[in-house]
Amino acid sequence: MQTRRDVFQAIADPTRREIINLIAYQSLNLNAIAENFDVSRPAISQHIKILTECGLIVIKKQGRERYCEASLGQLGEVSQWIERYRQLWDRQFSRLDDLLEEMKAKTRKKNKNN
Amino acid sequence: MASKNQTKVIAEPGKQELFITREFEAPRELVFKAFTDPDLLPRWLGPCDMTMKIDAMEPNGYWRFVHIDKKGNEYAFHGVTHEEKAPERVIRTFEFEGLPERGHVSMETAIFEALPGDRTRVTVQSVFRSVADRDGMVQSGMEGGVVESHQKLDELLATELQLG
Repeated sequence: MQTRRDVFQAIADPTRREIINLIAYQSLNLNAIAENFDVSRPAISQHIKILTECGLIVIKKQGRERYCEASLGQLGEVSQWIERYRQLWDRQFSRLDDLLEEMKAKTRKKNKNN
Repeated sequence: MASKNQTKVIAEPGKQELFITREFEAPRELVFKAFTDPDLLPRWLGPCDMTMKIDAMEPNGYWRFVHIDKKGNEYAFHGVTHEEKAPERVIRTFEFEGLPERGHVSMETAIFEALPGDRTRVTVQSVFRSVADRDGMVQSGMEGGVVESHQKLDELLATELQLG
């Protein structure tokens, strides 16, 4: 099975989100990006590889340097974040519905006994 | 149980706030209790696949909730309750401890409105320090959901591969 590569995979990791924030307004080369993190350069390189595969980073060559440029058009998918956040709450509230039914039943029983 | 009451999330682009609203088929006193009673909260709050522990929950004081996943990873949140006025509203601060730096605090106001027919509308407004803080919160709140949907996708693909 092919590994999933999409915008959600890209933003699921906090370091990758940091990298996106970092290059959102200016292209940087790998060294400049790695300087901002405590983790090893190969680890950053791996994150950038994933971000490239997810389509959020484009590598551009300028002379001998390779610059990482953010390609944030993909983040349109991110408007779905709100929908998924909603679903997360919806699942919790549906458990709350069940709890409220139980509480209502208990109240009714108590009133009947009084 | 599926409900006819829809959960709405309003998060306008570029704003520092978001709203969650939902109606419930129960009187306001009960809904308020389910939101504020430390024995009842763990029964519904948090992602389905995690257990919830209440570290602290003083009325009008410090609160700290911890969600624990199956691997034992802990996701903790804390804040201070500014006002708990039964059964109308709760105002509190909220901070996710899992963020790389401290200080990204939001303020939450939960309003409980009594509706005809012993129903209740709950509106939670969260105001963040910045737009980035708001969007980051939605993102981090999402991670559980993302993992969950990844698993579902994996299962689906596995089934289809077997059939193929």
